[in-house]
Amino acid sequence: MLPPRAILCFSAVRNERARLPHFLRHHRALGVDHFLFVDNNSEDGTVDVLLDQPDVSLWSTKAGYKAARFGLDWTTWLQRRHGHGRWCLTLDADELLIYPYCDSRDLRALTGWLERARQDMFPAMMLDLYPKGPIGTAGDPDDPLRTLCWFDAGNYSVQVQPRMRNFWIQGGPRSRALLDDPRRGPTLNKVPLIHWQRHFAYVNSTHSALPRRLNHFYAEDGGEWPSGVLLHTKFLDSAPARAIIEKARGEHFFDGSLYAGYYDAVAADPDLWHPHARRLTGWRQLEALGLMSRGGWV
Amino acid sequence: MTVGFVMLCHTALDRAAEVARHWAQQGHPVVIHVDARIRPRPFRELRTALADQRKLIRFSPRHRCHWGSWNLVAATQDASALMLKEFPQVQHVFLASGACLPLRPAGDLAAYLAERPRTDFIESVTTSEVGWTIGGLDIERFQFFFPFSWRRHRRLFDLAVRAQRRLRVRRRVPEGLVPHLGSQWWCLSRPTLEAILQSPDRPRHDAYFKRVWIPDESYFQTLVRRYSTQIESRSLTLFKFDHQGKPHIFYDDHLSLLRRSDYFAARKAWPHADKLYDAFLRPQATGEPRAEPNPGRIDRLFTAAKERRLKGRAGLYMQSRFPTDNFENGKTAVSYSVFQGFSEVMPGFIDWLTHVTETRVHGHLFGPERAEFAGGESIYRGGLSDSARLRDYNPKSFLTNLIWNTRPEHQCFMFGPADNQKVNAFMAADPNARFAIITGAWAVPLYRSGQPLEEIRSEAARLQRVEMELLDLLNQHWTKARVRVWSLAEFLGHPMEPLQTVVEDTAPRLRPRVTSVPPLVDLTGFGAFLQSLRNHGMQPLVMGDYPANDLFHSDDQQSRPYLVS
Repeated sequence: MLPPRAILCFSAVRNERARLPHFLRHHRALGVDHFLFVDNNSEDGTVDVLLDQPDVSLWSTKAGYKAARFGLDWTTWLQRRHGHGRWCLTLDADELLIYPYCDSRDLRALTGWLERARQDMFPAMMLDLYPKGPIGTAGDPDDPLRTLCWFDAGNYSVQVQPRMRNFWIQGGPRSRALLDDPRRGPTLNKVPLIHWQRHFAYVNSTHSALPRRLNHFYAEDGGEWPSGVLLHTKFLDSAPARAIIEKARGEHFFDGSLYAGYYDAVAADPDLWHPHARRLTGWRQLEALGLMSRGGWV
Repeated sequence: MTVGFVMLCHTALDRAAEVARHWAQQGHPVVIHVDARIRPRPFRELRTALADQRKLIRFSPRHRCHWGSWNLVAATQDASALMLKEFPQVQHVFLASGACLPLRPAGDLAAYLAERPRTDFIESVTTSEVGWTIGGLDIERFQFFFPFSWRRHRRLFDLAVRAQRRLRVRRRVPEGLVPHLGSQWWCLSRPTLEAILQSPDRPRHDAYFKRVWIPDESYFQTLVRRYSTQIESRSLTLFKFDHQGKPHIFYDDHLSLLRRSDYFAARKAWPHADKLYDAFLRPQATGEPRAEPNPGRIDRLFTAAKERRLKGRAGLYMQSRFPTDNFENGKTAVSYSVFQGFSEVMPGFIDWLTHVTETRVHGHLFGPERAEFAGGESIYRGGLSDSARLRDYNPKSFLTNLIWNTRPEHQCFMFGPADNQKVNAFMAADPNARFAIITGAWAVPLYRSGQPLEEIRSEAARLQRVEMELLDLLNQHWTKARVRVWSLAEFLGHPMEPLQTVVEDTAPRLRPRVTSVPPLVDLTGFGAFLQSLRNHGMQPLVMGDYPANDLFHSDDQQSRPYLVS
């Protein structure tokens, strides 16, 4: 039985055996009390890794990823059952959450502060990390940040879409180097940490949630609200090979065929590094660069 | 000298017990009030945990203490009275909460107070002078009735206040009292506290304050003004409020900050801040007992945080800061210059300007082919791509990103009617933008291209229309950019003056003197070119009074160039 104030982490995974140990270590250190995983038909021993952990509950499914809204149907169901009234962190296995003061204050401190400020969600934009040199060379899944430590600091497009009033951040190295059409640039804004209520639901990965107010995590009066960053470790050495498999599976959002060029570009093992790339040093750096904000937290 | 500590506790009783033990072990008595809302079991556990300190630790009668309620005052009165009665050696009473963290040894505090035996440390200011009241109520909290909770029934609360304003309700303040406000964390001397608690007027005072809003911030603060002989209007406890009026919490990483503050206690500490509790509850060597609490550094830090939360960083657009138009507190991070027509007339202008002003000078950043970054780079600072497609997808982000990524450096770039015009209105409304425009200069490359006039004609008409739209925009009443405009004829007549003006605008601190003009393009025949445009039915409007023979200085007195727009 989970204690009432437990902080939970939800994730749907497929073939993530290499990344999981570091993923679990990182978020355990931040103060996640329990992990709830849904395994989607992994063939690489992911299940064995997860069954070995003392703080992981595992569900398995063989159903199609796309049919289940990219895993959201599974995690939503778990969140309804176990998340109500608790702070829930929903992540992919290639995402590592960092936030202001994460080296000295755990998630209990962060969520406690958010509650006092009457805020029940916490945004964290995805920051694509890449190695220096072709992406196929970035090994060491045991500590992906050792080689995946470069990022683009300031090439992000921020806008509110006029039609639906959706907040939308795109850009980064994928837009810069791997995609032909900027409109297809990856959506980077996410709201992965929510003080869950039974009637909440994620709509589109963790990019947006319902009710709509959960997506209104930005100050419009010039002030800064708090936010974190999801370090995105997509470009490990397995990325080119994965791109080939994913292209074949065609289980991307929208129309997978629109991204054929993108998968080909990744499969070609590109070098995303450039002389203005920044080397990741920690949350203070990202805060100073304006990629996240402490939003009045001291 | 002995200090008595009164502790008001309502959460994290284990931490409160550690702090109480810490004080008692140093020989100073502690009276603990535990909120009556705490269940019997944790209360019993607290008593058991402190049973070995029975000599110096007492528990006072319990009240249910809601935020801002009279019961907080009643609890303080009971606990203080108990302290004075049970521990006659106590000369000062220090009011703390269960979340307070002692920062200096109790001996330090005792020595500090022994030197000031009659002084009362309590923040106490008149209502007209406090700037921090939440809800905008200052004197009114002493004059109105408050039947509804501000926290739980905000709407009814507001309604009641508005009604009483309308009805001009004025409760009478008891005679001899002048309303004062201040933080509830005080340290009072025995004589003052006894005078307040044993005053013959106390029933009258209590009856009045029971109906004042947030009496815990005004009861003692007002009464000391009547009974104290010596008030130091400040607190010996460090506390800070955030922009919502809630107390900031101290975490492990505040350790060195708290150490250097020289305050005697801090409120509130995060109950799980193990490092803080370990460091400050460990027996410490007595410091410099005379050291005065020193708010300087801490004030700066917390003021900066409030500023960041409320005003944000100018020119930053990101996931948790996306200001709506005109609420940006600065549309861009720093100043930048936009040059239209200069590189068309002076091919070496970019290098010349870089040299003279020591700023970063880009080519046509919004050019149709690509973003022409300085040095011909294809990926610029922050990872900005020179791809026109990426830039044109969100040109406003492109511009604000560039200025943000390169701050505090001043950026200059070339601009022209053939470039993407999507951010013109944004730049026009931006006080950081400095426009310098030579109107009609876009015709120079057309002329020099040597293409047949029939092909040039419509392009010339289009560029002229675009330029006139920009000039029109820069003439709007809401334009905040600094704008300088010369016609082509005006500029060519006296190039030195405009160039001096633009370098001063670009590098105001450097104040370079222009001694030579970069070489101008050869314009022989340009006057005739303009005439043939006219002959083909396109009227050039923005070049100024360009002489048909391309000669400028022959008859200066008669035809001074004039400003067209």
